[in-house]
Amino acid sequence: MKNLLLLALLALFAQPLLALSPEQQGRDIFVAIDKRENGFGDTRADVKMILKNRSGDESLRLLEIKTLEVQNDGDKSLTLFDSPRDIKGTALLSFTHALTPDDQWLYLPALKRVKRIASANKSGPFLGSEYAFEDLTSTEIEKYSYHYLRDEPLDGIDCFVVELTPRYEHSGYTRQITWVDKARYVVLKTEYYDRKNALLKTQTFSQYQQYLGQYWRPLDQLMVNHQNGKSTRLLSENFQFRTGLTERDFDQNALKRSR
Amino acid sequence: MRILLIIVCILGALKPAWALEVSGYAGIESLGFIHDANYDNQHNHYLSGVIQPEIFHEWDDGRQNFAFVPFYRYSQHDSRRTHFDIRELSWLKAAETWELRVGIRKVFWGVAESQHLVDIVNQTDWVENIDGEDKLGQPMINLALIRDWGTLDLFVLPGFRERRFPGEEGRNRPPIPISMDHANFSKDGFERQMAYAMRWSASFNVWDIGLSHFYGTSRDPLILLEFDPATGKPRLIQRYDTINQTGLDVQMTEGNWLWKLEAIVRSGQRNTYFAGTGGFEYTFFGVFDTGLDLGLLAEYLYDSRGRTNRSLFAFEDDFLVALRFGFNDAQSTEILAGVLFDRNSSTKFYSIEASRRIAANWKLSVEARLFGQVANDDQAFFLKDDDHIRAELTFHF
Repeated sequence: MKNLLLLALLALFAQPLLALSPEQQGRDIFVAIDKRENGFGDTRADVKMILKNRSGDESLRLLEIKTLEVQNDGDKSLTLFDSPRDIKGTALLSFTHALTPDDQWLYLPALKRVKRIASANKSGPFLGSEYAFEDLTSTEIEKYSYHYLRDEPLDGIDCFVVELTPRYEHSGYTRQITWVDKARYVVLKTEYYDRKNALLKTQTFSQYQQYLGQYWRPLDQLMVNHQNGKSTRLLSENFQFRTGLTERDFDQNALKRSR
Repeated sequence: MRILLIIVCILGALKPAWALEVSGYAGIESLGFIHDANYDNQHNHYLSGVIQPEIFHEWDDGRQNFAFVPFYRYSQHDSRRTHFDIRELSWLKAAETWELRVGIRKVFWGVAESQHLVDIVNQTDWVENIDGEDKLGQPMINLALIRDWGTLDLFVLPGFRERRFPGEEGRNRPPIPISMDHANFSKDGFERQMAYAMRWSASFNVWDIGLSHFYGTSRDPLILLEFDPATGKPRLIQRYDTINQTGLDVQMTEGNWLWKLEAIVRSGQRNTYFAGTGGFEYTFFGVFDTGLDLGLLAEYLYDSRGRTNRSLFAFEDDFLVALRFGFNDAQSTEILAGVLFDRNSSTKFYSIEASRRIAANWKLSVEARLFGQVANDDQAFFLKDDDHIRAELTFHF
């Protein structure tokens, strides 16, 4: 009787674990990542983008990115272009959302004109780089459905391997496969599969730094396009957290005064 | 030029205390006309050089800034096109619920591509480019009130600036050049110099809306024919009236669509009239599995003055159809090609604009503007032989 009760109890506790579907397991991993991101407030960073073509020629872009955490919605960001010099002063304001389309405004300094741009532009290349707009917007849980695949070490680091399928419209991908560091809950690698389900790009994240004893940021991100032989490296510098930015630093007036 | 020198000296003196950021561009331009000139003293090819440095300083964690942007173009022919302007000399202070912007600045209002009806604060720099997108710096005091219900911009605009038109040696002009010395105003003295404006703008969901009002000396003149009392010769003069203009601009952005509308009502310049531009831009993103974005633009242009109007370029019942190619490549290659056609006559106006970065700091821009089958009674008739190709190579620093 006692054994039976124990067995029943065991079954009661073990059941949810055993029955955890790969979908739920995958989602739980990303909920855990998201939870660790909670409360970062705002960030500022200088980003160097190095574009490399098939023959190895490099071109450089310098960006200044400000991000504001928004509770119960996607983050807001303001990206200011410093180089190439002919587009210096151009700035992009984005209000990202989980499932409804993002709101984006582009500021053209020569005309002093703010242009609201089409939100369907998810898969388009950002500044001629191998990053698409959708690769650079904030990751909200609801944007994807998840599928846990397996445990696998990556360069000696134990990882969960999870497949993400975009749930938002106009994505250029059928799926993404991510390697998540089990210890730090950060993404170390993502493979992007195009609309024909062929491997398109691989993004590797390295030089993770921890800020405020909690938030991890990769200072080096490399995106390699397997289909066109080009790559783009994103190097972040001067990461700052909780710098006192408010909603006002992410409106059209702020967009127009940034240079 | 002396003013520029003084300002540069002042800035030089301030430099130790301030870390000034200097950027800008310099370039050379080739402006070639396809047909021989119709009038004496005109040329078929014009070379010119341009420089526009930008001196900028930001402090108070970005909440205050100072900007100085002088502009100078030297043209081989046509002394009126050789011109200096202060595009910007301004100070800005941003607070949580307001911004104050004081000095010479440029302000843009509107959403349409074919014409900019609502945009009225700055005078157009017509000798720079006939597309009307280059503007002269305008002195202003602009207080923006930034609230939950949107932004309310209040403007006091002291200092009226006349439009410059091509001279004897310039193309894109009527048989006799428009006089720069005999402008005629409906008001004199202080009132002539002043204008006031306000604009409320807000974004709700997929909507971006602006509602504006302008009172003061009109930026676009009527062109009047009169006879010089001394010589009896005909001349074309600019006439500036004090006007009231109310403007509305709306854009709806959804999926691949941008829907646009601009409308104005203007009174004080002859009869009260209404003008509007409305249309859409639809973009196919990443066509042919490349990074190419292909945009289709169509806009309708209406002006209630119809064919009786005497100002330059009235689009009274016209359509614009255009294609925009955004290659999204590392060189930022872009092409915008369109045709504007009059529904009541044969007049067509073709325009192609293309640009590409050709090295890290170098950019090449090419524009072709062609006037096809211009009707005899069309106001653009004098431009019928002024088809031109403009190429500009700029170095950005």
